[in-house]
Amino acid sequence: MLPPPATEAGITGWLWHNIFESMADFHSPLAAMRSLFMILFSLVLVYVFGTQIYGLLDFAIFSAVFSDPDGVKREACWTVQQGGSLPDGWHAACWPFVVAKQKFALFGPFPSEELWRVYLALVAGAAGLAWVMIERLPFRRQAGFLMLTVYPLATFILLTGGNIEVAMTRVAIWFVFGLALISVGRLGNAGRLGTVVNEFAGSFAGVGWLVVAFSTVAAIAAFDFNLEPVDTGDWGGLLITLVVAVTGIVASLPLGIILALGRRSDMPVISVLCTIFIEFWRGVPLITVLFMASVMLPLFLPAGVNFDNLLRALIGVMLFSAAYMAEVVRGGLQAIDKGQYEGADAVGLSYWQKMRLIILPQALTHVIPGIVNTFIGLFKDTTLVSIVGIFDLLGAGQSAIADAAWSTPVQAITMYLYVGIIFFVFCFGMSRYSIYMENKLSKSRRH
Amino acid sequence: MAQTTTKNAQIDADDIMISMKGVNKWFGSFHVLRDINLTVYKGERIVICGPSGSGKSTLIRCLNRLEEHQAGDITVQGITLNNDLKNIDEIRREVGMVFQHFNLFPHLSILENCTLAPIWVRRMPKAKAEEIAMHYLERVKIPEQALKYPGQLSGGQQQRVAIARALCMEPKLMLFDEPTSALDPEMIKEVLDTMVGLAEDGMSMICVTHEMGFARKVANRVIFMDEGQIIEEKDPESFFNNPENDRTKLFLSQILDH
Ligand SMILES: Nc1ncnc2c1ncn2[C@@H]1O[C@H](COP(=O)(O)OP(=O)(O)O)[C@@H](O)[C@H]1O
Ligand SMILES: [Mg+2]
Repeated sequence: MLPPPATEAGITGWLWHNIFESMADFHSPLAAMRSLFMILFSLVLVYVFGTQIYGLLDFAIFSAVFSDPDGVKREACWTVQQGGSLPDGWHAACWPFVVAKQKFALFGPFPSEELWRVYLALVAGAAGLAWVMIERLPFRRQAGFLMLTVYPLATFILLTGGNIEVAMTRVAIWFVFGLALISVGRLGNAGRLGTVVNEFAGSFAGVGWLVVAFSTVAAIAAFDFNLEPVDTGDWGGLLITLVVAVTGIVASLPLGIILALGRRSDMPVISVLCTIFIEFWRGVPLITVLFMASVMLPLFLPAGVNFDNLLRALIGVMLFSAAYMAEVVRGGLQAIDKGQYEGADAVGLSYWQKMRLIILPQALTHVIPGIVNTFIGLFKDTTLVSIVGIFDLLGAGQSAIADAAWSTPVQAITMYLYVGIIFFVFCFGMSRYSIYMENKLSKSRRH
Repeated sequence: MAQTTTKNAQIDADDIMISMKGVNKWFGSFHVLRDINLTVYKGERIVICGPSGSGKSTLIRCLNRLEEHQAGDITVQGITLNNDLKNIDEIRREVGMVFQHFNLFPHLSILENCTLAPIWVRRMPKAKAEEIAMHYLERVKIPEQALKYPGQLSGGQQQRVAIARALCMEPKLMLFDEPTSALDPEMIKEVLDTMVGLAEDGMSMICVTHEMGFARKVANRVIFMDEGQIIEEKDPESFFNNPENDRTKLFLSQILDH
């Protein structure tokens, strides 16, 4: 066996194929011209990118002010001309400003002594997410189930304080009603009731479980855990961004799947309804949706019915992103060969089994890039909630900029850089995970 | 459901696997099946042949409701095929189907392809389903591929997996729709051998195929279709040696001569 030539292997090989091969051909005048052009072009590119990246690093790190030991605030970032001690013409990040506004940018006016609740929710969320995503860990399914059921409820109670106002007797009645439905379903399944009931036994049990689940959730949310209540009006910053984005992301996928299946349904009524829903929500800008939800909706509700501003915005975002997700999923469904449906039908799978076990796993795999693209878009679109007076990361950052105590020419740029970095980290993370998933799935399943 | 058969009307009803009476089907205004009458008895092996577009696939796809017929009666194992989902499910549990393009599930391993329906449709415990799956994979001679994915197998192997997948539901009847037409010549034999093995074990089969060697070897009856009609229906010996209809003769001369 011969070793591969140096141009085919290792770092040299990579450099050769990707960079130098295109500029090394001088065999004819034309080829030489082309190589020369490539060399010049590469040099220009290196120069342009180099200066840009250096400029950014210089602004953010090399020339930046990192501390304010004397506690002089804005004067720490003033040039001599402006009355401070930095050299004239200095233009770089003023990080002490961000440090001073850190709590506000991340959590808004959330009461400081209650912040441990937010930390707890965030740490639990990050740990749970990591557990679900890291493949070597055991019980990932169970972890995912907890993340979708217990975690949202726990987070809700931690962040708001729980203790919501519901009539406990009513909850108890619903609970018993749910249990009754389940029993009817059980008896029906065993064929002990009339034919009509037996036919619908499954639906009875299903609805029963839903009712029981909802009344349990309501009872827990109404329980007094002795936590200081925090109004959602006091939430802000990254906390709002995460709450809105995560709710939107988690709700949009299942809703989008159901809408996409509905739109492709054989039943005209369902298909038309889903199509109208999707086209309506895709046809209006998110800003309009948020505006309607927060300003117009209360006009139509009976006086005295007051429901939370954040909740209204959340519902708007959920429905809006569900419509987008539905179209992405529908694209995936269309890519599935008719033979897959027939194969599933022929072995006797029911409609839902066929979708869940055969069609959706393949359709969703096809459109992972589109799904993550929608997630990323949604994450960034959360900034629009500022329009209805909810202060997300960007909104909180912007109101921090208004603080005259830190007024310097670089105040705004520094804050925007900080906000931008945080957004980038989350969006880039999602993007990398999507690429990782795609590679993994294509390795294990394709030809 | 079995008690609602035409038991009283026909003495040998218990032996009937399939009965089609006056079946008609249209695709839009195109009349694809015309007045089909066909009775298949248990343990019978029927081969259907005919020119492309004559409605062979449509006919067998009507038997497990992949296509809906618009007129006439179809009963499978005494179960009437109508819009009742329960009947359709019951029939699909008893009827296995093998397609021209395999239609394996590419995101599931070979073993999972085979255990899926027993687990979800027959509600079989996973261990039991895997045992049965391995039994049938051995029977089609590819147990060693159980943990691979369909995309990693050759066409012939995929088609044998498709046969095993259908067998795992332990069906009473197998439908084959041109199971060898998408295969390279050297793989046709391994699939046909598997089907011959099945026939020898007494499985009821309806095969749409142009493999005349297979038809001679295993068929009880050969059916020739053209333009949506059953033109001729005979035992293989007389079908090949003295076909009556001119269209049958033409068809046979075309496929036997090349
Ligand atoms: N889903 C369909 N919609 C409309 N026409 C169809 C459909 N499926 C088949 N056909 C037509 O019906 C005829 C019979 O098709 P098929 O049963 O597949 O024939 P064969 O299997 O004998 O080649 C063909 O002319 C075909 O074009
Ligand atoms: Mg065909």
